[in-house]
Amino acid sequence: MIEVIDTERCTACDICVNVCPTNVFDKTDGIPVIARQGDCQTCFLCELYCPEDALFVSPFAEAPQAVDVAALKEAAVLGSYRRAVGWTDENRHLRAADRSYRLFGH
Amino acid sequence: MVSSSLEELSITADVLIVGGGMAGAWAAVSAAQAGARVVLADKGYCGTSGVTAAAGPGHWWVPPDPPTARDAVVANRVAAGLGLGEAEWMYRILDQTWRTLPTLAPSYKFGVDDEGRVNYRAVRGPEYMRALRQHVLNHGVTILDHSPVIELLARADGSIGGARGQRRQDGGRAYRIEAGAVVLAAGGTSFLSHLLGSRTNTGDGYLMAAEAGAELSGMEFTAAYTIAPAHSTMTRSMAYAFATYSDADGNELDLPFGPDQTVRLARALQRGPVYCLLDRLPDDIKVRLHTISPNVPLVFDRWGVDPYRDRFEVTLHNDGTIRGIGGVRVHDLDCATSVPGLFVAGDNASREKVAGAISGGGNVNSAWALSSGTFAGRAAARVARGTKARLTELRPLGRAGLRPRGLPKAVDVASARDVVRAQMHPFDKNLFRTEKGLTESARVLEDLWREVANHGQDGSIALRETAALLATARWSVATAAARKESRGLHRREDYPARDPQLAGRLLSSGLDQVRVALDRPSASVRPDQLEAVS
Repeated sequence: MIEVIDTERCTACDICVNVCPTNVFDKTDGIPVIARQGDCQTCFLCELYCPEDALFVSPFAEAPQAVDVAALKEAAVLGSYRRAVGWTDENRHLRAADRSYRLFGH
Repeated sequence: MVSSSLEELSITADVLIVGGGMAGAWAAVSAAQAGARVVLADKGYCGTSGVTAAAGPGHWWVPPDPPTARDAVVANRVAAGLGLGEAEWMYRILDQTWRTLPTLAPSYKFGVDDEGRVNYRAVRGPEYMRALRQHVLNHGVTILDHSPVIELLARADGSIGGARGQRRQDGGRAYRIEAGAVVLAAGGTSFLSHLLGSRTNTGDGYLMAAEAGAELSGMEFTAAYTIAPAHSTMTRSMAYAFATYSDADGNELDLPFGPDQTVRLARALQRGPVYCLLDRLPDDIKVRLHTISPNVPLVFDRWGVDPYRDRFEVTLHNDGTIRGIGGVRVHDLDCATSVPGLFVAGDNASREKVAGAISGGGNVNSAWALSSGTFAGRAAARVARGTKARLTELRPLGRAGLRPRGLPKAVDVASARDVVRAQMHPFDKNLFRTEKGLTESARVLEDLWREVANHGQDGSIALRETAALLATARWSVATAAARKESRGLHRREDYPARDPQLAGRLLSSGLDQVRVALDRPSASVRPDQLEAVS
């Protein structure tokens, strides 16, 4: 589930508040807060939509986990899903990269 | 189109679409193309809501030429559907999907292979749903995000003329939409399992349809389960076709890939933890897995697990009616329900006509979502054009959790949800069904339903969701009790064989009194055999 909004990277654009399908975040006067962590469905889509790579979703769906934000940033884990899908300028070539038809036919 | 008052936001439209997943989005486009003013209301955010966005849908995709190709896949599917599928509907959705999916090209970058052929069949969920949102907006549709619909509104003649809901990011402000016709595309339900992307799919559309008087079909087929790494939501199962399994002691388990794998895996999980290794995944898939399903390796990477070398624990998540097939009964070729002005699409509808008695998971369900949305949206626009009496009084239809029959009191939503989970998830109750287990589940759910229906009144989203989960579970259990045989996804330990007299669909309906009946009774089945199950 969602564990982190990194305060250094977040620009308070509120995209995560808008796109989260389960309404986990709340807007504030500053950066958003994780207001309902228990409602997170661990779909990773807020991470994907975050243009600043400020969010981290843990694959553990059942319970919150302690995370080390500095280590995650150091290891470039923040933003790794967005890069894999190709929603960054450097990784645009991955956007049409689904070659599953080579395996399963057209 | 929009005029606000202090209390309630009031909106008028020709067509209201409830739900902004794949089916709702296609329905909105279709209705708009037919000339309707369309409002789409989503509980979450149209673009990320629903099970498509986090997955990677492949569509049932068979070109029309040569015609024998479609004949072959339809014949196979009719046979696999064990008497509940209909060839005509399968041809219809193959054709609609083939014609409609390419129209998304302005918004979605379909892959092109080295020979220049465009791949339409398989799409990536997040990009597909982002493109569909854009497609919907390009057609002039008004989207209300984070605006769950709470109840339907009926005209004096019983036809559906709108809905009420809440703007949950606007202080819970109430809104009311008057519409010429309504399409329910609110998804199915996994009964709050960790099936990827299903958290908001709580069966709301089933409850609202039933409150309007519609019946459901195929609700016994909720015994679908999908493998995932334990503790995760990652129910994308393609790679597991190449897995080997072992128990806690490292003894290899015989769980060959195929239709019986889920059942064998469930039996193994009843004995103890099961571990998995994707060691047989071919190298060409390994190198492409991160582009086919980028979120699958993401889970392993974050855990520091190499799934090709390190054993990892697996589990099964219940798919409920999502990869199961039950839903609101489709009344005609337009995806109308039996209630005038009310249409149904996607997982909100029964998919028995195209999937039969087996899971429509994957490509058939995707083709169904697109096609049923297209049919329903177009027909709803036509009905809306013919609806004149817009000034008629609208009667709110919501009951359980909103307008109690007795003295209002607080209902513990969290524990009510746990009760539903405890009846609908365990293998010994929902996968390996018995008369005894179903009777006990019915009793537990009945008690809880009475509490919610008699006393729940806050009308909150959470309470209405809970009522919908409960109602859906009751229809499922009652229908599973009535189908005294095993057929497709429905497995009865006490009736392991198929019964030719039950080679038809079972309808369920009713809220305070659940009723089950055979849809097309044959001469050999007496109507009273299936009446009044609970």
